[in-house]
Amino acid sequence: MTDHATPLPSDACELIPALPEPADTAAEARPAAPAAGRPLRVLAAMSGGVDSAVAAARAHEAGHEVTGVHLALSENPKSFRTGARGCCTLEDARDARRAADVIGIPFYVWDLAERFREDVIEDFFAEYEAGRTPNPCLRCNEKIKFAALLDRALALGFDAVCTGHYAVIVDGAAGRELHRSSDQAKDQSYVLGVLDADQLAHALFPLGADTKDDVRLEAERRGLAVARKPDSHDICFIADGDTQAFLATRLGRIPGDIVDADGTKLGEHDGAYGYTVGQRKGLRIGTPAPDGKPRYVLDISPVANTVTVGPAEALDVDALTGIRPRWCGAPPAGTFPCTAQVRAHGDEYPAEAEVTGDTVHVRLHKPMRGVARGQAVVLYDGPRVIGSATIDATARTEAPAAT
Amino acid sequence: MTGQLSVLGNPSSLHASGRRARRVVEESREVLAEAVGARPSEVVYTAGGTEADNLAVKGIYWARVGAEPGRRRILASPVEHHAVVDPIVWLAEHEGADVEWLDVDADGRVRPDVLRAAIARDPDSVALVSVMWANNEVGTVQPVAELVAAAHEFGIPIHSDAVQAVGQVPVDFAASGLDAMTVSGHKLGGPLGCGALLLARHMTPVPVLHGGGQERDVRSGTLDTPSIAAFAAAAEIAVREQPEYALRVGALRDQLIGRILAEIPDAALNGDPRLDVAHRLPGNAHFSFPGCEGDSLLLLLDARGIECSTGSACSAGVAQPSHVLLAMGADAARARGSLRFSLGHTSTAAEVDELVEAIGPVVARARMAGLTAQRR
Repeated sequence: MTDHATPLPSDACELIPALPEPADTAAEARPAAPAAGRPLRVLAAMSGGVDSAVAAARAHEAGHEVTGVHLALSENPKSFRTGARGCCTLEDARDARRAADVIGIPFYVWDLAERFREDVIEDFFAEYEAGRTPNPCLRCNEKIKFAALLDRALALGFDAVCTGHYAVIVDGAAGRELHRSSDQAKDQSYVLGVLDADQLAHALFPLGADTKDDVRLEAERRGLAVARKPDSHDICFIADGDTQAFLATRLGRIPGDIVDADGTKLGEHDGAYGYTVGQRKGLRIGTPAPDGKPRYVLDISPVANTVTVGPAEALDVDALTGIRPRWCGAPPAGTFPCTAQVRAHGDEYPAEAEVTGDTVHVRLHKPMRGVARGQAVVLYDGPRVIGSATIDATARTEAPAAT
Repeated sequence: MTGQLSVLGNPSSLHASGRRARRVVEESREVLAEAVGARPSEVVYTAGGTEADNLAVKGIYWARVGAEPGRRRILASPVEHHAVVDPIVWLAEHEGADVEWLDVDADGRVRPDVLRAAIARDPDSVALVSVMWANNEVGTVQPVAELVAAAHEFGIPIHSDAVQAVGQVPVDFAASGLDAMTVSGHKLGGPLGCGALLLARHMTPVPVLHGGGQERDVRSGTLDTPSIAAFAAAAEIAVREQPEYALRVGALRDQLIGRILAEIPDAALNGDPRLDVAHRLPGNAHFSFPGCEGDSLLLLLDARGIECSTGSACSAGVAQPSHVLLAMGADAARARGSLRFSLGHTSTAAEVDELVEAIGPVVARARMAGLTAQRR
């Protein structure tokens, strides 16, 4: 990120138009901050879904000068005549445009397909190829929505990027803080855990702590046709949801062995990249385990091209090593208590973390099952996001409790 | 048009109200034909320019191949509107057409000797030629009469999409010698969804729309009497006022070009620098702004109430690097950093002032945004 000038007041989403501000507001006390109540120039990222449409509508209603942008992220080099691209999301682009029309804001489609391919899709392939399991949504927030898009927005004179994420920004003593949405079911702070302080300073999440049901009702009330559009769950660039087939298009067929912890060959696979730690289905191992219990993927070795399987208990880990840390504020020092979450909508685990340079060591109070390298571990202090790191190694330090 | 909206009647019906409608359609046909230098019988009404282009390109191709199966070559300029490019590409993909995109010069013009040489390589294999009268993006006027002469040397039919030209520059179908020419209502102040293919009497393209055969058995579909009346009236006025319009709008446009180039010294004017109606549409100004993304410029200008165009967008709305600029030899970055300003009947000197005032800061900002697009 380039060094961006002014952070936003956290209450920007609730700003009331033309509200006169007393001279000695907290915002005035921080010289870098724009006066609270100032209408901001907001770029609303509109996916074509209900959340981002309502977020844009709220920002607009709050008095901000909102411009909607739909990001065309898929390249489609269909024919020579236009070098056509970005046309796969035709329906989403139309839904977003239609919502912008109803809200009454200008709307554009920006082609970020090239950046998306470089930063998200190529990374996705590379991570799987290296035997890791990435979360492309985090990567997109880090590199596209709050980098490529935000940089361009700021350069064009916008103050902030607004999205339909369910997360809350709080003005803390040390600056802006990212907090969980109170709607646990929808909380998306996990996928935003990659935002650094500078990115957070220019983010607007008008849905904050609302529930999905309320947002849908509000969309209905506002006459937004996307009110009943189903939520998207799958990875957006894998249209049919078949991740293995998608990976195979690039990585090809690399047959190798499926082995147990002793190295005994149990079966064969078409490419180690197609497996994820903790996976049980699709192993196609003929002979049952001696104890008759199901076997799970324990490890993937891209170098040896082997997939190691074993019993569920062997999936338990209590220590995580994270690299590439991203802190939503000042980097923490020393050892600190926290909770750790390793997947979107996953459980929180009490832990202690220690930061050494660019490495984060997380010691879990109780074991976690099925953690894959490449997943992000997001650390929380209560509802507050401390930061995140990419899991590079997992370990079992304490003997399993007798069961 | 509003007068006709309250009148019932299918112009193809034989009863009284049908006859009334027929009369309006036929009188309009005469008015339109007169305006563009055609005979009334040469007017084939269509639902707009796209349909007329499709009828010309596909219909003539099918008719030619039907008569002589070896005539599969289509020669066309690469700067055509999509309404011509896409039917040609479709014919190549589905109907065995061999497409040759004619080289254009840096102004986007097809040189008659280029066309002549392309035909001469194998005249018996050519189905048709299609070169637009004037380009919709960069405003370049093609040497239509010379291109027609080149095609007719070999007896090859030639079509021209004149949608952008009628009412802007002098257009005369008979004098041009063209075998087919597309015109459209909305580009000359008439209604949307109404156009015509002017079709020389010897031309019998295969229909694209089959049905009642209302228009010369070449085009079927109930005619839209009110729109046709309005289309003809608009064409008559636009052509009558064309000389005065070209002078007035051309003068404003010349001013705009000079002042923008003064404000942004490294901006480049695309299209023919000769600004007379023989070379360039009077309302067209088209620039490349190095280091800028066209859609950044568009957003910033739009925010100031100035509407311009980056060329075409795909169906999802993504601004595309213009195929016209690419054909003219521009690289993709230059094509993406380009904008068209169109002036028209309602344009004023004050609007030119406004744009000139805005363009400096807007380009400066768009450049900053362009830099962020580079990899960090």
